Amino acid sequence: MKILVAVKRVIDYGVKVRIKADQSDVDLTNTKMAINPFCEIAVEEAIRLKEKGTATEVVVVSIGPKSVQEQIRSSLALGADRGIWIETGDEPVSALSVARLLAKVVEDEQPGLVMLGKQSIDSDNNQTGQMLAALLDYPQGTFVSKLVVEDGEAIVTREIDGGLETLALRLPAVVTTDLRLNEPRYTKLPDIMKAKRKTLVGTSPTELGVELNNSVVLLKVEQPVERSAGVIVDSVDALLDKLKNQTGVL
Amino acid sequence: MRILVIAEHENSQLKSATLNTLSAARHLSDDIHVLVAGHNAEAAATQAVTCSGVVKVLLMDDAVYQQVMAENLAKLVQKLAGSYSHILAPATTFGKDLMPRVAALIGVEQISDIISVESPDTFKRPIYAGNAIATVQSMDSIKLLTVRGTAFEAVLSEGGDADVENLDVVCHAEKTRFVSAEVVKSDRPELTSADVVVSGGRGVGSEENFQVIYDLADKLGAAVGASRAAVDAGYVPNDMQVGQTGKVVAPQLYIAVGISGAIQHLAGMKESKIVVAINKDTEAPIFQAADYGLVGDMFEVVPELISKL
Ligand SMILES: Cc1cc2nc3c(=O)[nH]c(=O)nc-3n(C[C@H](O)[C@H](O)[C@H](O)COP(=O)(O)OP(=O)(O)OC[C@H]3O[C@@H](n4cnc5c(N)ncnc54)[C@H](O)[C@@H]3O)c2cc1C
Ligand SMILES: Nc1ncnc2c1ncn2[C@@H]1O[C@H](COP(=O)(O)O)[C@@H](O)[C@H]1O
Repeated sequence: MKILVAVKRVIDYGVKVRIKADQSDVDLTNTKMAINPFCEIAVEEAIRLKEKGTATEVVVVSIGPKSVQEQIRSSLALGADRGIWIETGDEPVSALSVARLLAKVVEDEQPGLVMLGKQSIDSDNNQTGQMLAALLDYPQGTFVSKLVVEDGEAIVTREIDGGLETLALRLPAVVTTDLRLNEPRYTKLPDIMKAKRKTLVGTSPTELGVELNNSVVLLKVEQPVERSAGVIVDSVDALLDKLKNQTGVL
Repeated sequence: MRILVIAEHENSQLKSATLNTLSAARHLSDDIHVLVAGHNAEAAATQAVTCSGVVKVLLMDDAVYQQVMAENLAKLVQKLAGSYSHILAPATTFGKDLMPRVAALIGVEQISDIISVESPDTFKRPIYAGNAIATVQSMDSIKLLTVRGTAFEAVLSEGGDADVENLDVVCHAEKTRFVSAEVVKSDRPELTSADVVVSGGRGVGSEENFQVIYDLADKLGAAVGASRAAVDAGYVPNDMQVGQTGKVVAPQLYIAVGISGAIQHLAGMKESKIVVAINKDTEAPIFQAADYGLVGDMFEVVPELISKL
């Protein structure tokens, strides 16, 4: 079984984003970028399935400008076998367009399992996997913290608001990862060298026959109202006094 | 403009997030329909009937909707979608799972986690872990929205007297099979709608030590939350995670114990009215977001606090 993993290049999770002075967008110049943490978890899980003998090949795909090749390479260094880069401009691609592009790749590659992160930590959309599953008429397992593939099914345990839920999805299926699925390994230098020799092919929306359109217009990006630091109290009594007499919340 | 709100419910009653979503819908129009899809869900439908602003309740009652599954529920919503200008669901794991699937079936984008309705086509939503607020305009013929509950006051379930229409649209989930659910039962208030939340982090140190957090919460009638680190370490179950990729809370009082205050955690609690931080590290970033900070060892401070409440 082949596994296709979609990886996205995003701001590093430790960096707080800046906003452009004209409020037109966020400002990512000279910002540290990385693979979206949820995508890294998806790559790790695919590699583990290959190591177990469940999967035969792990293919990663990323959509964006040339710079996203870095995240494809880091996925190859983790242990994925080959990469596909769908070149688009610097403008962000809408979730539905990403899903349409990925659906074309799925048609070409025919993977048994498609894995995505549950959420990009930049857009915080949490949409693409569900959209892709709909376009393909595949079952979906979102927010997955445990994955077992057996007898033509993916048995997924999902993190839901009320606790956990387990579903069996008939393959081929779409799975999106949650934080508890695994802890991605560290890449070693030889793996990084090896990744440079792995195949990475480029394609484009035109070649895939997908027209990019975005029906959601970004009008403005603002700073949120920031909380300011209050006071440090020196005892439990002082804290209780403040809560009772100054805030009225107790 | 006619709005469809997809109810999240437990058959016997609506989930509180549905009441917040109805409130967002009321900013758009007074012509609101509510879809209650479930099994033996008359009670939830009866509650929806009484909610202010609701004109009609569409009750789809069948055993296939006993378990919520995006595969068939999305098909049901798709069949109804043509009559509406907007379709809203709560930005809970229920809505997040369902709505993008509906969007792709209809062929429109979805706008996640709105915190305000600026006009019928323009909405605000947090991005980058809440460190930026985007204003976005949708050009789609049907607007699909998920709603952040803490940003909208719940509507009252009283005053309304909507009609109930029984639907007969049974869609099967052919490729998804429900196996089991492990629902965490608790007598404490629901995390996302509680007035007081006490959260513990890695500093709590173990599952056993978390008892002191529960004790403080019970003294205050509070819900209990946690940081990702506390969940990852197995001190508490996943449904307690507060943050960018967990639950969003905005109580009157939020007490963070042994939590450093990473941006991902702040994203889930910074709309709280009063924030108290208890941490032994003076430099912990949580103090920058706290109204009241107490520097000290939680194992001394929290028991003292409990005894004095
Ligand atoms: C993709 C992604 C998503 C994430 N999503 C979330 C999310 O939704 N929610 C979330 O919370 N995090 C999230 N995180 C993790 C986040 O970055 C932090 O790692 C996490 O919040 C840290 O948890 P913590 O504050 O409990 O632990 P730490 O940062 O380790 O802090 C522990 C604190 O406890 C204090 N302490 C220790 N002992 C005591 C004591 N005896 N008494 C008092 N204080 C003590 C320490 O001084 C320290 O400040 C996410 C990370 C990533 C990469
Ligand atoms: N530009 C992209 N290239 C590849 N994968 C993407 C892209 N955008 C989103 N994805 C995938 O979709 C997941 C969810 O993203 P989102 O719906 O934007 O929150 C990500 O974790 C990726 O797996």
